[in-house]
Amino acid sequence: MSETKLQAKIPEGPLSEKWTRYKSTVKVVSPANKRKLDIIVVGTGLAGASAAATLGELGYNVKVFCISDSPRRAHSISAQGGINAAKNYRNDNDSVYRLFYDTIKGGDYRAREANVYRLTEVSNMIIDKCVAQGVPFARDYAGWLDNRSFGGAQVSRTFYARGQTGQQLLLGAYASMNAQIAAGTVKSYNRREMLDVVLIDGKAKGIIVRNLETGKIERYGAHAVVIATGGYGNAYFLSTNAMNCNASAIIQCYRKGAWFANPCYVQIHPTCIPVHGEQQSKLTLMSESLRNDGRIWVPKKLEDVEKLRKKQIKASQIPEEDRDYYLERRYPAFGNLVPRDVASRAAKERCDAGFGVNETGLAVYLDFADAIKRLGIDVVRERYGNLFQMYEKIVDVNPYEEPMMIFPAIHYTMGGTWVDYELQTTIPGLYAIGEANFSDHGGNRLGASALMQGLADGYYVLPYTIGAYLSHEIQTPKTDTNHPAFQEAEDAVKDNIKKILAIKGSQPVDILHKKLYHILWEYVGMARNEEGLKKALGMIEDLKKEFWSDVLVPGTNEEFNQELEKALRFVDYLETAKLMALDALNRRESCGGHFREESQTPEGETLRDDANFMYVAAWEYMGEDQDPVLHKEPLVYEEVKLETRNYKD
Amino acid sequence: MKFTLKVWRQKNAKAKGRFETYRIDGISPDTSFLEMLDILNNNLIREGKEPIAFDHDCREGICGICSLYINGRPHGPDDEITTCQLHCRKFKDGDVITVEPWRSAAFPVVKDLVVDRNAFDKILQAGGFISTTGIAPDANLIQIPKADAEEAMDASACIGCGACVAACKNGSAMLFVAARVSALAKLPQGRPEAARRAKAMVAKMDELGFGACSNTGACEAECPKGVSIAHIARLNREFLLAKIQD
Amino acid sequence: MSLSGLFLLIFLALHLALNFAALFSRELYESVCEFMDTNLLVQIMVPVLAAGFIIHILFSMFVEFKNWTARPRAIAYRVPNKSKALGWESKYMFVLGVIIVGFLVLHLVNFWAKMQLQHFIGGEPENAYDLLIALFKNPYYCAAYIVWFAALYFHVSHGFWSAFQSIGVSNSKWLPRLQFLAKIYAAVIFLGFSAVPLCVLSGLCG
Repeated sequence: MSETKLQAKIPEGPLSEKWTRYKSTVKVVSPANKRKLDIIVVGTGLAGASAAATLGELGYNVKVFCISDSPRRAHSISAQGGINAAKNYRNDNDSVYRLFYDTIKGGDYRAREANVYRLTEVSNMIIDKCVAQGVPFARDYAGWLDNRSFGGAQVSRTFYARGQTGQQLLLGAYASMNAQIAAGTVKSYNRREMLDVVLIDGKAKGIIVRNLETGKIERYGAHAVVIATGGYGNAYFLSTNAMNCNASAIIQCYRKGAWFANPCYVQIHPTCIPVHGEQQSKLTLMSESLRNDGRIWVPKKLEDVEKLRKKQIKASQIPEEDRDYYLERRYPAFGNLVPRDVASRAAKERCDAGFGVNETGLAVYLDFADAIKRLGIDVVRERYGNLFQMYEKIVDVNPYEEPMMIFPAIHYTMGGTWVDYELQTTIPGLYAIGEANFSDHGGNRLGASALMQGLADGYYVLPYTIGAYLSHEIQTPKTDTNHPAFQEAEDAVKDNIKKILAIKGSQPVDILHKKLYHILWEYVGMARNEEGLKKALGMIEDLKKEFWSDVLVPGTNEEFNQELEKALRFVDYLETAKLMALDALNRRESCGGHFREESQTPEGETLRDDANFMYVAAWEYMGEDQDPVLHKEPLVYEEVKLETRNYKD
Repeated sequence: MKFTLKVWRQKNAKAKGRFETYRIDGISPDTSFLEMLDILNNNLIREGKEPIAFDHDCREGICGICSLYINGRPHGPDDEITTCQLHCRKFKDGDVITVEPWRSAAFPVVKDLVVDRNAFDKILQAGGFISTTGIAPDANLIQIPKADAEEAMDASACIGCGACVAACKNGSAMLFVAARVSALAKLPQGRPEAARRAKAMVAKMDELGFGACSNTGACEAECPKGVSIAHIARLNREFLLAKIQD
Repeated sequence: MSLSGLFLLIFLALHLALNFAALFSRELYESVCEFMDTNLLVQIMVPVLAAGFIIHILFSMFVEFKNWTARPRAIAYRVPNKSKALGWESKYMFVLGVIIVGFLVLHLVNFWAKMQLQHFIGGEPENAYDLLIALFKNPYYCAAYIVWFAALYFHVSHGFWSAFQSIGVSNSKWLPRLQFLAKIYAAVIFLGFSAVPLCVLSGLCG
């Protein structure tokens, strides 16, 4: 029926000119009119903060919301390794096209060409902007900007600030936003959690939020709403996401009519600190940049594995010839720098075969002994010192002496709210940027590209494209939050809270969430199959019933109530989980982070099915107890020739 | 491992707080301190009691939201860590552990162990930025000596957790302000606004009820990112030179 | 605070230099006192010095009050702060200051009121050297003065580098150097000032 809604609005013309043409023809809003227009931005990570700052600079009235006590806490702050840009400062033959090609290929040919090309086109301006903001990128001895390599690339194009690149970029964006707050164009609302998006005549006109300190339900109106709330990885409970990252905003939009695209594309990051036990709440990432100099291995002999598990020997005592550097063995061309999905599956393959090196059998080694020999301990310390320190604090093992133990963990979600070329969702006036949307990474995201996408969307894409919509809204008066649509949304939110608080069952939310973790990790994790996914769908349904009959949330709404926050988010995780399983079930091919056991090469690599699945799967919500409806946006490759991803030679 | 926890409980900003004692058992030494509180909270919920409110987010030592004052030290008994990086192996089995919120007039308690650090945002809004409207010139236009970039990075490592204020007997925010002023002052891009920035941020800090710096160095000792008080000297220099020029 | 502190540090050094005259001979000491009583510059500097003290003290009271309001008693920590500060003295500068002022009053009454003040008010000053010997022959006075100088040692060993830090004359390289110099300076002040009473008490001079 409504396939027409899935108009990607990709501009005509050759790939390299699409964005230029778009920019020169898109309508702009005059400064006098910008002052009259309100924009709500939800989320203050790289995408949200950069968008709020830029929209403020342009002269719009911006209201920005975050769930933490300060916008600076957003989880972009944890990104360690770096940000890609096609500057070619190294003169190693990098270019916009090469970055574009690597991103499309890394995404296993499931991303939209035009979006990716635009992303790589603006990548260089991001670095310029950040340097101007005072981001202290690493420099060489002459004072020029330094670069490092990342997975899936054969050039050095990653800019970095020690192991804290995300933090430094976010501080830059947050500082720009602060400048706008001081200038009065941006107003910041902290400790506010969005609970619904409000539509009037089919257009997004505002949001309902809960003041997390007082529990008060508040209404905010605007001419457009921008969602920048990140991904849905925390559905898995254990992930590298921060504890407060959640999927609620994008699921609320989904329930109101913003279709959800490619939910099954979840990135499992190969280098995380392994799970230590049942009491764990969170997994910690070790930057991908470590794979620049670290070598990944497991023992060749099972008896060595036994001894390691019994702590009879140390890893460093295993002789060179008894080590299996399996990434270098399987992928000679890229070696330890294969893309994340490939590295993760290879680790799983070795651990499944019984070579996992810790007590749980779920860990491989990341070894720096060679790097220390080659570069000296001081260089290694300078490059990775803070990561090594972090590892030692958590694991209590000195990584300068013994190899690190790592294991894959849920890290990033490529799927998200469906958006067109203008980053507008299927709801007019509702935009999704950064990890919250689905657009740029296809089936797998390359390292150091999330920061690039978040900032590209916020600094250079959305501020242009939102004009196309707002230029038609200049006559529209300020949104009246007394409109019945706000009343209705607020009542629904309050009812939902009342319902949850009234259950008074026996299980705290965490316990239920851990159950969801086991379902998702087992059946919608690194390897999926039809039987498992169907089973998962049933289990998710059961868990939903369990929640609505047995959850125990203490306290009231009218106070600072973290358990209530968790419960509200968990309801949305159940919806997310269902979407992921349904989408994974539908996509009977393997591509990028989505691995269907039924679709693999004889060597166990992913096997795409371009004839049947070269499309974006966008899911439309049909109601609480019904399955969503699938819509397909065909992916057309004009520039890139489809190939099987090959990281061997 | 088992512990006795004495935890500050305070219903809301206006309520009077008190310490409550809890016992917890069966904790693995590899469990983080916050995970231990998670477990305690789930026990409390099952017993029909109210769980302890505490701020936490990234749990990998970078977001700066966690803020527990444990046994007399912000972020607890280890150096250069945040509370989320503190593990139970740092305590002895059977220890009595006292947990308090950050205490400072500028950081009012929201609930239990949660404090309001909005004052930090306000200080940064007063001038902790480089104005960069529009398109910027090429990133490699200006060489920046490696040493300067490194020093700016050292200062910029501040995570805004407020341990400096919590540790300081004067409740001073000098290290926080210095970290930002110094990070931007060290870079050529930050120079044009340097004088205005130093004055505005210091004025805002004074206005918000933080104490004055008496160079006790407690801030540096407790900073999870090891930000040096040498940056305070730079802030003072920037501030005085700016004032003299007025 | 820092500027008045640095000014007082210079004063301490000068005062110490003059004290050393007493170690050599009565004549030298008396001529120094004579100089101090008559030199115009010194006459001008005396009220300036007094003002320096008063500014230092008033300012310290203001800062102490401001810092007290930043963490009032009502929200004090249950477990006292165990942060590894740079030295215990850095946390107790005000207390040390109060001790120092207490002894300073005693010192002014003992010496200054009977010597220089008399010049200002036109009275008859006592012989400085006699005064000195008489006082320090008393072991209690001697002990009291040494306690005073010890308090001054701790106050100066923090105050010296802290003053440079506060006026921004420091950086990551000079911070440890200044902290080291502070200890040296404080030690010189302590040993130097203690030398006169100890020498008098032990009979080495006078």
